[in-house]
Amino acid sequence: MINLKNRAFNILTLTLVSTVIFVILLILQYFKVISEYTGLLLTLAGIYVIVSLSLNLITGFTGQLSLGHAGFMCVGAYTTAIAIIKYGMPIPIALILGGIMTALFGLAIGIPTLRLRGDYLAITTLGFGEIIRVIIVNLDSLTGGAAGLKGIPTFSNTGDFIIDAIIRFSWVYIIMILVIAVIHNLINSSQGRAIISIREDDIASTSMGVNVAYYKVYAFTLSAFIAGVGGGLYAIFFGYLNPAMFGWLNSVNFVVIVVLGGMGSITGTIIAAVVFTYLQEWLRVFADFRLVIFGLALIILMIFWPKGLMGNKELSITGFIRQLRSGEFSPRQIKTKWNEFRQKKGRKKDGRAD
Amino acid sequence: MAVLEVKNISIEFGGLKAVSNFNLKLESGELVGLIGPNGAGKTTIFNMLTGVYKPTTGDIFLSNRENLTKRVNGFKPYQITQNGAARTFQNIRLFKDLSVLDNVLISLNFNVKYNSLQAILRTTAFYKEEEKLVEKAMAILKIFNIDTKANELAKNLPYGEQRKLEIARALATGPNLLLLDEPAAGMNPQETEDLMKLIRFIRDEFKLTILLIEHDMKLVMGICERIIVLDYGQMIAEGPPEEISKNPKVIKVYLGEEVEFDA
Repeated sequence: MINLKNRAFNILTLTLVSTVIFVILLILQYFKVISEYTGLLLTLAGIYVIVSLSLNLITGFTGQLSLGHAGFMCVGAYTTAIAIIKYGMPIPIALILGGIMTALFGLAIGIPTLRLRGDYLAITTLGFGEIIRVIIVNLDSLTGGAAGLKGIPTFSNTGDFIIDAIIRFSWVYIIMILVIAVIHNLINSSQGRAIISIREDDIASTSMGVNVAYYKVYAFTLSAFIAGVGGGLYAIFFGYLNPAMFGWLNSVNFVVIVVLGGMGSITGTIIAAVVFTYLQEWLRVFADFRLVIFGLALIILMIFWPKGLMGNKELSITGFIRQLRSGEFSPRQIKTKWNEFRQKKGRKKDGRAD
Repeated sequence: MAVLEVKNISIEFGGLKAVSNFNLKLESGELVGLIGPNGAGKTTIFNMLTGVYKPTTGDIFLSNRENLTKRVNGFKPYQITQNGAARTFQNIRLFKDLSVLDNVLISLNFNVKYNSLQAILRTTAFYKEEEKLVEKAMAILKIFNIDTKANELAKNLPYGEQRKLEIARALATGPNLLLLDEPAAGMNPQETEDLMKLIRFIRDEFKLTILLIEHDMKLVMGICERIIVLDYGQMIAEGPPEEISKNPKVIKVYLGEEVEFDA
């Protein structure tokens, strides 16, 4: 059970692991082991991870399908960009402002759509995303309209290309780790269990004393906040914004990432978001056919792997180390596990023959 | 002390009066059965008591464990639960893909002593409270003898244990009044027998008042101290089991009227 020793162990291991990965990626970029292009993709993947995780909070954990995440991202991106360009705010404050603004939007559409579920909510959020896009196209004076918003300063301007790339990557990576920590800690708490219980069965949930409406809006608002911060990073990353970057197809892409990774799995979403970003680039060779290949891959995956990569499970580093320590992976243990597995499989086959 | 007092509640769906002028008073520690043929309005009454439906007219008063009485009509289901009335469902509604332990932990949510910021920052208060919650949940599971299966998924439990888990989950909310909607549905006679013992046991152990809907007459007659019979949304009889089983009105509802034939 939980005790203070475990707590220290968890915090230490996770900080260590995320730092080690961070440093390795930095070194790889600094010594040009991975190309600048790959570095850029990694950074972009980080942003995708942030936004996908925020969507997973609503769709995977709370069980509410949202097709408006590109819209949330859009609000965050424009708010951050305008705060930096027009008001000269420093990046962290502009990012938080973008998050807060998006959270307000999340709240504003979260409350009236509380009663809706499934398809109905999806359509409403889809409509919301489009409204945002249209508003931004028509708010010429503030947003630059359809021509876009130019001249957003990047994270740093040292003149050294590699240093700039590394600073850009660090920003995204650190915020990504924070987002992962926030969502993981929230989900693994009483409040998180309440949120998950809504996905499992909202009627039973309210009958067990869970304030379903409150937690739905809570999840929606937090998700919007994170998506807004992701949008802000996106704006600074590209240095240019255009309403077409936030079309509804982008919202669908995030849903695809969440479904691919497994609804309700944080690690699944991370893996899927990274794979997705890369796949999108690799498949560019096939030009327009990449969409066909992508669609096919999705169909095949959903047939053979309907729960996504991870289902609702997690890859746990601390859990893995604990298992290693307890001798779970000693040769003998593995052998008995394997035998159990085979027996189970055998039983399944017998069942089918009946 | 009355735990639940229902005064003249009626509900209409469109033009249909599903329940009319229903009165009920449950004293502390009572075990009362609500019976009636299909469509008599039993579940509708349950749904009004638990906040799923709002009665068109009438009042419902509910007392929690601290003897605080509130008028609860119009309350949302979660507010009713927080005021001391927990329920189970006719067709089991567990959180199927969550562990047995999590199922019970969710019921402890509304009394949790840390907020989500403390949870996100993983403060000491969070760890302490979390430990307490798990302890409390395990103690409840132990009463039902399913503590050894705490980490299994709820959907993998055998049927009888799923029913038990539903009751355990309801108990975890710390109710004063427990509403059981057909707890013995789908159980074999042996399981029903065990359930009867269990219901009596939890009533005494947790000092509960229990209202149950049931079709299994053996169970109803066996454990209920008082039975209320409904037909077409109206109470037609009320009394101890022996009296009810001899009541001509009740026999009429269940078996039909005697018709004399001329040869």
